[in-house]
Amino acid sequence: MSGSVPGVAGRSSAPSARPGVPGVSSRSAGWLALPVAALVLVLSVGVAVTIGPADLALSEVGRSLATHLGLGGPLGLEPLSALRDGMVWQLRMPRILTAAAVGAGLAVCGAVMQSLTRNPLADPYLLGLSSGASLGAVLVLLAGVPLLLPVAAFAGAVGALALALTLAGALGTITPTRTVLAGLAISQLCAAAVSFVIFWSAKGDAFREVLSWLMGSVASATWTSVAIAGGAVLVLGTLLALTGSVLDAFTFGDTAAAALGVPVNRARWILLIGVALLTGALVSQSGSIGFVGLILPHAVRLFTGARHRLLLPLSALAGASFLVWADTLARTVFEPRELPVGIVTAAIGAPVFAFLLWKGNQR
Amino acid sequence: MSAGQLWVSSAPDHHIPGTRRSGLAAEGVFWEISSRAILDDVGVVAPAGAVTGLLGPNGSGKSTLLRVLAGVQRAGRAPSSATRDEAGPATTFDGADLAALPRRERARVLALVEQDATTDLPLTVLDAVLLGRIPHRSLLAGDSDADRAAARSALDAAGAKELADREVGTLSGGERQRVHMARALAQQPRLLLLDEPTNHLDISAQLHAMRVLRDLAADGVTVVAALHDLNLAAATCDHLVVLDHGRVVAAGPVGEVLVPEVLEPVYGVRVDVLRHPRTGRPVLSFERD
Repeated sequence: MSGSVPGVAGRSSAPSARPGVPGVSSRSAGWLALPVAALVLVLSVGVAVTIGPADLALSEVGRSLATHLGLGGPLGLEPLSALRDGMVWQLRMPRILTAAAVGAGLAVCGAVMQSLTRNPLADPYLLGLSSGASLGAVLVLLAGVPLLLPVAAFAGAVGALALALTLAGALGTITPTRTVLAGLAISQLCAAAVSFVIFWSAKGDAFREVLSWLMGSVASATWTSVAIAGGAVLVLGTLLALTGSVLDAFTFGDTAAAALGVPVNRARWILLIGVALLTGALVSQSGSIGFVGLILPHAVRLFTGARHRLLLPLSALAGASFLVWADTLARTVFEPRELPVGIVTAAIGAPVFAFLLWKGNQR
Repeated sequence: MSAGQLWVSSAPDHHIPGTRRSGLAAEGVFWEISSRAILDDVGVVAPAGAVTGLLGPNGSGKSTLLRVLAGVQRAGRAPSSATRDEAGPATTFDGADLAALPRRERARVLALVEQDATTDLPLTVLDAVLLGRIPHRSLLAGDSDADRAAARSALDAAGAKELADREVGTLSGGERQRVHMARALAQQPRLLLLDEPTNHLDISAQLHAMRVLRDLAADGVTVVAALHDLNLAAATCDHLVVLDHGRVVAAGPVGEVLVPEVLEPVYGVRVDVLRHPRTGRPVLSFERD
């Protein structure tokens, strides 16, 4: 069929190929960023494990990992002492990997939400997810059954999502504005309920526990958290990261997307639900860590431009490294006291982002 | 489809000799918002390989009609039409039912240039034009060299070659319009729908945009453009359709439509038709009563 527009194809005269050269090289530079970011993440995880109250060497980390992966024997490596091995494998590793998974997932979800709603202020919690999760979590914490926390938080997040989408859907086609407004309404409602419950019944330790959860923390992460957060990121995060072309089509709005052959409504429903399930799984493990999902996609966009095929995976890798380091700071700066990582993400992230914006303007 | 054929046969014949392409034909298009009819039993014909101008005052339904034709807005049938023929709205292009085509396939046949489509995202012009390749490749695939070549020749055809590496946000109105046109051309459409492509453009940019449309038509693309400027339509269109209050009040060749009897009741102004000394096309002069 392309033959029917000979003029369009036929006008690709030879000189028009020339200006392509700089574009192509900057494009491949962008793709080179992926392996670099992956390497940075692996190194970050390795180095972060060595940092803490008891100093560990990178080689010890390697030995512990090799032992647990069943490679210690074949490689002829001595296992670590039980204490030091426990420190690597039971304490620090699950926590750091959870931080990496949560950071990656939040960054991807944030990028997807910003594109879907065409709103630079959108974040993964937009549909009232964090408030819904908080409500579930606070209820079980104050009822004294902290074991149920992840389940309650996930249920709260999914409940908030269902309410928000029902509300948005009841208004008609789910346009970006309706999505944002419905999320805002549900968010405020759940936030009021959380405040009320805390105000009415929290005291002492329970209050501290609730507060730490509300600000977001991976301090109590176990291998189960790694499995849940990591599994969710690998499955849902990968699926979301593959939708780059669909999100690209939304660049100039819904009509433009429809004119490019995208089933606008169906795509938006599916992507919103994917984002919500992934965010719900992450929030159930870490509480609602702010900032990563909002700012990281913007920071990465300054580097990659707006095309999603590169933006989504690079955001994931950058988000993972970012949260690994933020959490390392959270647990070490005021040793032995720990900060909720949400405070650190905002405290580092905001100035860094301001700097990036300023630098981007200089160009 | 018999009624559609009627429309086609009553239209002036602009077929390129040796082809059997019938262009765009739509009939029985209704659209209403809160029971106010925006489009009321509209039928249009756009001959293949010609520039068809869609005229009419503000609010006459031009934009809505384009969106319905493009399939991005579903046309409905008015309740009163229940007794009419069972077919409902029918839009065919070169004999194929557009509504029956899968979305992606339709996006390879027709492209829509909206009015004032913007983005806040940092995007280069080349990347913006590459969006037009989305219907042509798998949703998982990235841009191939062929896609980039198509995007560049589309930029070339729209006269925007030198803008390729600029940021979309930094363009002037005329430049942005050329980029949107290039994005539509990258879809390699056989049918191009444009909503006021000359809006907000200076006179040179307006003539440039219309020149691009003429070239496309000469290459066999069927072009339908909603236009406000009647003199621009007089100078460049082959065929005209005039909408008023959601109804077609006139359709046909330029010389038959741009006459006082048609325009005066629609626009509520006095119209004098002069002749262009060189092209012989109509030149209109307006006066309020």
